[in-house]
Amino acid sequence: MKQVNLKINGIPVTVDAGTRILDAAKKAGVNIPTLCYLKDVTNDGSCRMCVVEVTGAKNLVTSCFATVKEGMEVFTNTPKVLASRKTTLELILSNHDQNCLSCVRSTNCELQKLAVEYGCDSYKYKGEKNQYPLDDSNPYLIRDNNKCILCRRCVAVCNKIQTVSAIGPNFRGFKTEIGSVFGHNLDATGCVACGQCIKVCPVGALYEKDDTARVMEAILDPEKFVIVGTAPAVRVGLGEEFGYPIGSDVQGKMVTSLRRLGFDKVFDVNMTADLTIMEEGTELLSRLDDKNATLPMITSCSPGWINFIETYYPDLVGHLSSCKSPQQMFGAVMKTYYAEKFGIDPAKMVVVTVMPCTAKKTEVLRDHHKASGYPDVDITITTRELARLLKRQSINLATLEESDFDDPIGKGSSAGNLFGTTGGVMEAALRTVAYVVNGKNLDKLDFKAVRGMKGIKEAKVKLDNGVEVKVAVVHSLANARKIMEDIKAGKSKYHFIEVMACPGGCINGGGQPIVSSEILNNVDVRELRAKAVYARDKKAPLRLSHENPIMKTLYDEYFGKPNSHKAHEILHTTYKAQDAKIK
Amino acid sequence: MSNQFKDTPEQKKQLDEVFEGLKNVPGSLMKAMQKAQDIYGYLPIEIMQRIAEACKVPVEEVYGIATFYAQFNLEPMGKYKIGICLGTACYVKGSGVLLDRVKERLHIEPGRTTEDMMFTLEATRCIGCCGLAPVLTVNGDVYGNLVPEDLDRIFAQYNA
Repeated sequence: MKQVNLKINGIPVTVDAGTRILDAAKKAGVNIPTLCYLKDVTNDGSCRMCVVEVTGAKNLVTSCFATVKEGMEVFTNTPKVLASRKTTLELILSNHDQNCLSCVRSTNCELQKLAVEYGCDSYKYKGEKNQYPLDDSNPYLIRDNNKCILCRRCVAVCNKIQTVSAIGPNFRGFKTEIGSVFGHNLDATGCVACGQCIKVCPVGALYEKDDTARVMEAILDPEKFVIVGTAPAVRVGLGEEFGYPIGSDVQGKMVTSLRRLGFDKVFDVNMTADLTIMEEGTELLSRLDDKNATLPMITSCSPGWINFIETYYPDLVGHLSSCKSPQQMFGAVMKTYYAEKFGIDPAKMVVVTVMPCTAKKTEVLRDHHKASGYPDVDITITTRELARLLKRQSINLATLEESDFDDPIGKGSSAGNLFGTTGGVMEAALRTVAYVVNGKNLDKLDFKAVRGMKGIKEAKVKLDNGVEVKVAVVHSLANARKIMEDIKAGKSKYHFIEVMACPGGCINGGGQPIVSSEILNNVDVRELRAKAVYARDKKAPLRLSHENPIMKTLYDEYFGKPNSHKAHEILHTTYKAQDAKIK
Repeated sequence: MSNQFKDTPEQKKQLDEVFEGLKNVPGSLMKAMQKAQDIYGYLPIEIMQRIAEACKVPVEEVYGIATFYAQFNLEPMGKYKIGICLGTACYVKGSGVLLDRVKERLHIEPGRTTEDMMFTLEATRCIGCCGLAPVLTVNGDVYGNLVPEDLDRIFAQYNA
């Protein structure tokens, strides 16, 4: 690669030809503010925050877009640059709904931070303001265009990373707005509820539907027996909301905080991740044995992915495992087995889950997910909502002692915990499938080939019965679309595929803590959170789903064996086409 | 959704021919949209969906472009499209009064179509014949040097 020499604020730096000025500046240790630029997602150059002065150039240069040239002299903080950025911010503010005090993103807003840094006058430019109705047409998120600054990050993530394209820029000039075809609300579009748009929004224009009030109402109702279950990824995200570094595993403190909130039982959804492995692994083995079975089989844990395949590949839903997700299995087990065993009326039971996910809010509403006759899960909140709820109740994670989930049904293996990251379901499944076929555990439990952030990962496992199982792991829906096109064309060479809708899997789910672009542009947050998941697995005493003692109890006392008739009634479901969508 | 939308077999055939002709032309989305509008007079959602499918782009992208450019119509157009120039020359020569009179006559605002689908009214920018100011066009036919009293004569030709 050809090298280019240039100076940033007088600091000499050498970079590859084709490098963006913004990245060259980073190499020189100079930070340039951005509002629209997001590494690997978008550099449309629409916000004009990253402008810099280049010697010899007539106008200010957009540094997220313009590339370096030999001998270039760049100045990032001249009075002209600062004045331009300030004007840009004040113009954005002039058409921005400024109820910042109670905005869900207050103190975590990229616009607010820059407005303070640049000493902006929020009301400098007075004039017409656009007024938009809220889009709260769906159960998972709210779009508030009155806050939108038209950075288009949400559009880029929806189009490029997820290939859903439910939203885009419509109209022009002052009337430009982010929206859907013919002004329809999100519920009429092919939106899959993944919530990735929320995670990239620099301001408060996109946020999850808040169900925290419903949780407290249940807890405060003396008639109700309220159980909470937590997803694997929540424990490696929640800490960030309380000042912990990214990638901190705060499981013990999280459990204590949930107990302090007043839940009757604090359980771990990792337990039903183990149960998913038992059911899904068995289903895979029986499909491998059956010449007429639909292969490859694809995981069904990620509700954003389920919404995607049901909407965009309705003819191929037969490839999905019939398993409910661990969340839904959790609720189903609580309201059947657990309720019967402890004599609790499922009508008076409220199952709450904490998930890294906005799409879970659609999953709890699915038809037929009522094993007990009542919804398997009543309320699901995101990691962010849990943090908000704890703060409201004056519970500070940092000052809490650690504690463990309630016995005995509340505990999962570290294989179940792997579900939190891309490759985790596959790794957990392979550990158990190998045991079932080989009659003994593998010598080496780690499957390095399915770990990491590569978009499509492949592995082969030779079982003792001579069968070589070919597997693939994909994350983000653009990658899922690729493997679905292969399946459609009859070209797929795999037996088993893990799909997670969000890039990196649940650790980077649409309900996880929001990380500003300043950090996202410099570190891979997914890697840091995944590292915490693997660290727990490495030191865990129980690393295999089939060795979780609760599995034996559940099958001995209740389900008989995996994929039994009873297991099918309670733990499995039917996925079907969602076709009434504009797409 | 546009409830009124119905296409004839001929229109459908014409559109298929457009898609066939543009099949291997890169970046042909705008062209497809323009040709589709030539066929249907406007771009209802059903047609945008067909364009999106043929050009392999999201339908939201088609809609984004259709709302960005003034040349695209999202609603069915009247049989006669009346354009009143509000460019500088026409405006100082009284085209604002012409526009008001036509609005009163047809009971519609600019950008709308009469209920009987006969007339669509557009307030246009300069159409480049300032020497004839003020001007009005009907389906591309230009009427110049107008005074409000001329409107009766013009509309009579179009049975109104």
